[in-house]
Amino acid sequence: MVDLWDGLVQAVWLMASLDAELADIAARSLYVTLTALVVACALAFPLAAYLAVRRFRARRTIIAILNALMGLPPVVVGLIVYLLLSRSGPFGVLGLLFTPTAMIIAQVLIMVPLIASIAHQSLRDLWQEYHDLLISMNVTQGQKLRTLLWDARRALLTAALAGFGRGIGEVGAIMIVGGNIDNVTRVLTTAIALETGKGEFALALALGFILIGLTIAVNLLIHWLGQTEREGRW
Amino acid sequence: MRLLATILLVLWPSVSLAENTMRMAVTTSFHNSGLADVLLPEIQNDLGLEVQLLIVGTGQAIKLGQAGDVDAILVHSRAAEEAFVAEGYGTHRREVMYNDFVIIGPAADPASVAGVETVTEALQRVAEAEAIFVSRGDDSGTHRKELSLWSSADLDVEAFGPHYRAVGAGMGAALNTAADMNAYILSDRASWLNFGNKADLALLFAGDPVLFNQYSFLPVNAELHPHVNAEAVAALEAWLTGPRAAELINSYTIDGETLFVFNATSED
Repeated sequence: MVDLWDGLVQAVWLMASLDAELADIAARSLYVTLTALVVACALAFPLAAYLAVRRFRARRTIIAILNALMGLPPVVVGLIVYLLLSRSGPFGVLGLLFTPTAMIIAQVLIMVPLIASIAHQSLRDLWQEYHDLLISMNVTQGQKLRTLLWDARRALLTAALAGFGRGIGEVGAIMIVGGNIDNVTRVLTTAIALETGKGEFALALALGFILIGLTIAVNLLIHWLGQTEREGRW
Repeated sequence: MRLLATILLVLWPSVSLAENTMRMAVTTSFHNSGLADVLLPEIQNDLGLEVQLLIVGTGQAIKLGQAGDVDAILVHSRAAEEAFVAEGYGTHRREVMYNDFVIIGPAADPASVAGVETVTEALQRVAEAEAIFVSRGDDSGTHRKELSLWSSADLDVEAFGPHYRAVGAGMGAALNTAADMNAYILSDRASWLNFGNKADLALLFAGDPVLFNQYSFLPVNAELHPHVNAEAVAALEAWLTGPRAAELINSYTIDGETLFVFNATSED
């Protein structure tokens, strides 16, 4: 219990003193996860809309696999990306292992199934409502996808937030592909693991509180942005 | 979306692809001891070289060196190091410094390890008392040392009951586990001294010459991995084995205790 209190005190102190190293680590956490989130959304949203609108043979199988991959173990993703990017792996020449880029790649892989699954769920419901209307208007396939994605934007925001949550608190994959190098690939979660390893529980906990605070702040910010447009149904 | 992009742009840290950087895989004990934090800024000062550390066990450090994912390794497991050089993955092995392993255990010492003559006897007592013993279990230098100590005490870890607990973790994490279980554990002295969560644990046994722990620097073979920054590695090796490193390593103390002793020999 003493440690918990110490952690809280230290978290407040670290933030109040605007510790440069902490700011650096926190910014890197945000940079990695937000970049991964943007890439993952760009892949997952069109995929989800496509799966909602189009009917083809492998559709159910793909949806089932996407749903199953929501629980993809990050540490396995990390290991696979690691082996691919290692100097002795197929993409070794790129020299990407132990860089923030490698961490982003791993997080994109972790986020895409989750975001696509959640997005697909709401797009499918919306598609049931819109189906007859859009068909009768004889719109193109591309217009259908765009209409669905735009009108479901609130639900897509939720999907994106779920992806963000999965990425920002993730440690298994980024520890393996990033290597937790000071000033290069150290982020909040790996720093917490490191400090715990040193037995510095108060500092580890302080970093944890900062991570939680950061997650809440990002969520609030995005919600606030979402509510600024109130016209229409959504 | 546009706002998100703006936020990203602001946050985008200027990814500094510094011209002179190298990667070195080091053992957890080297980093947990705090020595890395003393040496790295000095290296940056003297050589203008940014050394990026990957903190892993000796087993993984050697793997990283074999794959060419690092430029050099600093580890402590002689047999594995010699194999690394013999197989052509490293160019040579250069001894830098040493410290020693110690046996940590509950201050109450239920297995009465304190005061025995040899580490063999100490381990035999732990085994006889069936006291809880936490093993690193991660193929690190410390883990390999521990296994060799058990076998030279004529004890087979495979045959141990549930009191022998392999945690598969780094030195600090294993010490945390031991602190929580009030267990015995083999640690290097530096990690122990710098450890923040000692709880009821105490240093019970040290001083047997068998517990000598040599750290060596091994450059990764640039012929095998052409992308290795051989120039920086050579500069780092010269620095690590030079007078400046000697002074810093020998004067690094925690609570008045010396952690490492510099023992690099000048270029032969």
